[in-house]
Amino acid sequence: MKEFDQFAGRKYIVGGLVILLAFIYVVKLFVIQVVDESYQLSASNNVLRYVPQYPARGLIYDRNHKLVVSNEAAYDLMVIPSQVASFDTAEFCRILDVPVEEVRNGIRKAAGYSRLKASVLVKQLSARTYAQLSEKMFKFPGFYVQPRTIRHYNTPVAAHMLGYVGEVTERIIKRDPYYKMGDYIGISGIEKSYEKQLRGEKGVKIYLVDVHNRIKGSYKNGKYDTAAVVGKNLIACFDKDLQQYGEYLMHNKVGSIVAIEPKTGEVLCEVSSPGYDPALLIGRNRSKYFPALTQDTLKPLFNRAIMASYPPGSTFKVVNALIGLQEGVLFPSSTYSCAPGYYARGVYVGCHIHHTPLNLEGAIQNSCNAYFCHVFRNILDNPRYPSVYQSFDAWKHYLEQFGFGHKLGVDLPNELNGFLPDTSYYDRYYHKNGWSSLTLISMAIGQGELGLTPLQMANLAATVANRGYYYTPHVVKEIEGSASIDKKYHIKHKVGIDSVNFAIVVDGMDLVVNGAPGTGSTARIAHIDGIRVCGKTGTAQNPHGKDHSIFMAFAPRDNPEIAVSVYVENGGFGSTYAAPIASLMIEKYLRGKITRKWLEERMRNTDLIHGVQEK
Amino acid sequence: MEYRRSKILGRIDWLTVLMYLALVIFGFVNIYSSAFREDHPGILDFSQRYGKQFYWIVAAFILAVMGFMINTRFYYFFAYPLYFLSLLSLLAVLVVGATIHGSRSWIPVGAFHIQPAEFAKVATSLALAKYLSYYNRSLDQFKTLLNTSLMIIAPAFLILLQPDMGSTLVYVAFVLVLFREGLPASVLIVGFLFALLFFMTLVLDKTIVIIGLFVLTAVIHLFLEKKVNFTLKGIAMILLTGILFWAASELTGKNFSVYTIIFLSLIVAGIVFIPFFYRYKLKKSAILYAVLLGSVFFAFSVNYVFNNILEEHQRTRINIVLGIESDPYGSGYNVNQSKIAIGSGGFSGKGFLHGTQTKFNFVPEQSTDFIFCTVGEEWGFVGTFLVIAFYLLFLLRILMLAERQRSSFNRIYGYSVFSLLSFHVLVNIGMTIGLFPVIGIPLPFFSYGGSSLWAFTILLFIFLRMDADRMEIAF
Repeated sequence: MKEFDQFAGRKYIVGGLVILLAFIYVVKLFVIQVVDESYQLSASNNVLRYVPQYPARGLIYDRNHKLVVSNEAAYDLMVIPSQVASFDTAEFCRILDVPVEEVRNGIRKAAGYSRLKASVLVKQLSARTYAQLSEKMFKFPGFYVQPRTIRHYNTPVAAHMLGYVGEVTERIIKRDPYYKMGDYIGISGIEKSYEKQLRGEKGVKIYLVDVHNRIKGSYKNGKYDTAAVVGKNLIACFDKDLQQYGEYLMHNKVGSIVAIEPKTGEVLCEVSSPGYDPALLIGRNRSKYFPALTQDTLKPLFNRAIMASYPPGSTFKVVNALIGLQEGVLFPSSTYSCAPGYYARGVYVGCHIHHTPLNLEGAIQNSCNAYFCHVFRNILDNPRYPSVYQSFDAWKHYLEQFGFGHKLGVDLPNELNGFLPDTSYYDRYYHKNGWSSLTLISMAIGQGELGLTPLQMANLAATVANRGYYYTPHVVKEIEGSASIDKKYHIKHKVGIDSVNFAIVVDGMDLVVNGAPGTGSTARIAHIDGIRVCGKTGTAQNPHGKDHSIFMAFAPRDNPEIAVSVYVENGGFGSTYAAPIASLMIEKYLRGKITRKWLEERMRNTDLIHGVQEK
Repeated sequence: MEYRRSKILGRIDWLTVLMYLALVIFGFVNIYSSAFREDHPGILDFSQRYGKQFYWIVAAFILAVMGFMINTRFYYFFAYPLYFLSLLSLLAVLVVGATIHGSRSWIPVGAFHIQPAEFAKVATSLALAKYLSYYNRSLDQFKTLLNTSLMIIAPAFLILLQPDMGSTLVYVAFVLVLFREGLPASVLIVGFLFALLFFMTLVLDKTIVIIGLFVLTAVIHLFLEKKVNFTLKGIAMILLTGILFWAASELTGKNFSVYTIIFLSLIVAGIVFIPFFYRYKLKKSAILYAVLLGSVFFAFSVNYVFNNILEEHQRTRINIVLGIESDPYGSGYNVNQSKIAIGSGGFSGKGFLHGTQTKFNFVPEQSTDFIFCTVGEEWGFVGTFLVIAFYLLFLLRILMLAERQRSSFNRIYGYSVFSLLSFHVLVNIGMTIGLFPVIGIPLPFFSYGGSSLWAFTILLFIFLRMDADRMEIAF
């Protein structure tokens, strides 16, 4: 215990220090709160209003720089509940042309969200209403108009590919703080996958607003404002005219057309039928039409081109032929007879009547089932592999390289994988070693477990057109102001099959369309004078109803410019609808006009939905 | 027993208790306003901050009574065990702590989180008071100074590891206690000069600081030795070695940095000087030169620590207060918004629950570290002036109580209470009005948060008990 306290005097220094600092603080506070005007927003209870500056969304053009999606101005009426004073409700509602109840409920709802932040009360006023309202705005404290832009479509085309924009949901707001209540975001299609580029960057303007709801000026001369950055424009890959023509042909049919430029992988058109008018999903329309579109049993919102998985049918014979040639179990000269049909140990695969025996070219030309049953079994029972497991895996490996069984990686959301079974699938279905090449025989002719999206099918056509490689299909060609689109669209994917083998198959596909009459060509109807179309028909058995009509093709035979796949659900034989439609699409794209008006008429007027068929 | 208790309560300093209550209640009023939501207006609504704070205040009152009811002897005898216990808790938090806002500072206890750093202040104060109150301990002894420093630095270091820069810096407050207990002025002056050098290094370019130090040393040397000849020769020597090193680095192509050259030439020149110092008995010159070397080294270290050890946000905060950087939307955002909020209050404020800056959540950490903004915005200059005046009276009252203690244990503890509270109040308010870097420490009794309220309450009421016992027990 210390008795003598020699430093007692230091208490004055300590106490003095604290008093001095307190004094300095009071002076500083006096400066901030009373002297310095720049901090003064409060004299008449001024309020800062943060008005987001919405940039115009990027425009979308087609491959020929024709404008497809643009913007138009819209005005949202905003309300800040805490600033609302009593006002003439009747006049207010008369100008807006909405029931009083709706306004009351709207304000109540907005107050429930936040009394101090702005909420949208009425969306997208017309320019006229806006003009009337702005004259009287001073009478309605707590309300203001927020200009923004909504989508505008010059032609109702390519709704699925373009997609639509809609208001953000709370889940999105939580995930990405960029979005605020009432903001718009791309919900499907290009609008979704290129959201970041299209939306630009919001800015903010800060205003001083007095109690009478009048903007007194910008806060600190706009020192803290940020400018909005306009969204980037996109050049899409599709050809507006071709797309429109495809939709025209698919009228009253269910199915899809996908066309790809083989040498680039650019998607020239992507039709999913039935479609819808994209204008139905803009702004206020959306709440009106969206439920009807979702409830439609034909699912018009469903993008069949990338979201539907179909059995490829006989078009798949082309793939088996290529694999057989590459694996060395099939030669161009190999001939097999057709009974008609294929018989083996109690298994029977039927065929139609044609010349027999046929070589490979002829088998493709005639689409002989028996021939390809032999080919498929030779692939799976290849003595090079110890068991069917290894040969199956080798076969499957080729298919994967063709892009089957997984997403191709198109720049659209919700692409489907398709389906490609693996050995464990069959082990589960039968049992271990309980299956053989014969068990899987239906896959020889593209039936059975296989599932391909129309996009994958079109990509197959493009791969054959290129004689052995493809570029990942994509729908956007160019982002304005950006160096390039995603680099993955410039990578050449080789499928692991030599181009000489493709040459043989292409010969067969040439005969399918251009074979002499009476030689059994399955799709002579697809022939166009002066354009060498190569194609392959397919008829997929459909357990739910009539067969699907399928056709894949590319043209011209040398230096192909377009590869196309057509699916017509319940259309019967591939040659009935799919082949003519594909042929018309090719003619439209390469020539820009149609000479075979009669065929166009027949396709256009066929109604497969309402049970009315032409002729 | 009943009689004794009433006697103890009779001796409590009611003025301090009333001031404490006033601060807690006005603090709650402001938390209520800053976190107010119309759909949850009830003050007992536990889903809201004010609801939680209400329960924490009730708990704090219970802790106050408990802290007061325990005899001073207990605190004296258990000072060291409590200190080690708190060090253990600080170690424990590094292992089992929950990470909130990037700091591992919280021990989860049921639904709550306890911040051991807040309670460590109480334990450190007790231990420091006990250690320094021993007979014969004097702060001009090197050993006492060293041990005292270690006692303060140990918890501060552990808190720094969390990392919680704010709570670490709070331990600087103990310098005030040491000063009162006789810390030699020379230690303070040297410390102050180094602090000055520290800030100069950060504000100015280090080359300028080094040239400044060099010129200053030359001038002082001239005055000390009064021999122009020696001073000039010294300067010439240093410049010569500097030029030699520069030439060497150029010729060998090693490209030393300017700073390496300066540092190396100062060291080599120093070695050359040593025989002269002996021969002419230039003790003052020797010390001066050592100080120059030390300062240059210190300036380099500060630069290094600042650029390589401190984290980005800490750097920018310091830069903002020093006026080097202005970034109203980035790190300066808090301070800028805080100043706008306070400034917008004007002379008389916008009124209770009518703050707009507050309501729009412009000011982050509104109810914790920036609670003073709410006072400024809603109660205006009148409010801030009264709050500061009230805090000042409260602090001076504690200072007075500390000075009236008869035992040094009580007095030192009292001074710790005073110093810690003063530091918190001054730094917290200072950062809301831009006079101090934002280091994130709460405003005592005012800010939202259970741990700090409880720790400050216990800190205060232990002292009030000591004060009540001052006539009976002395150590």
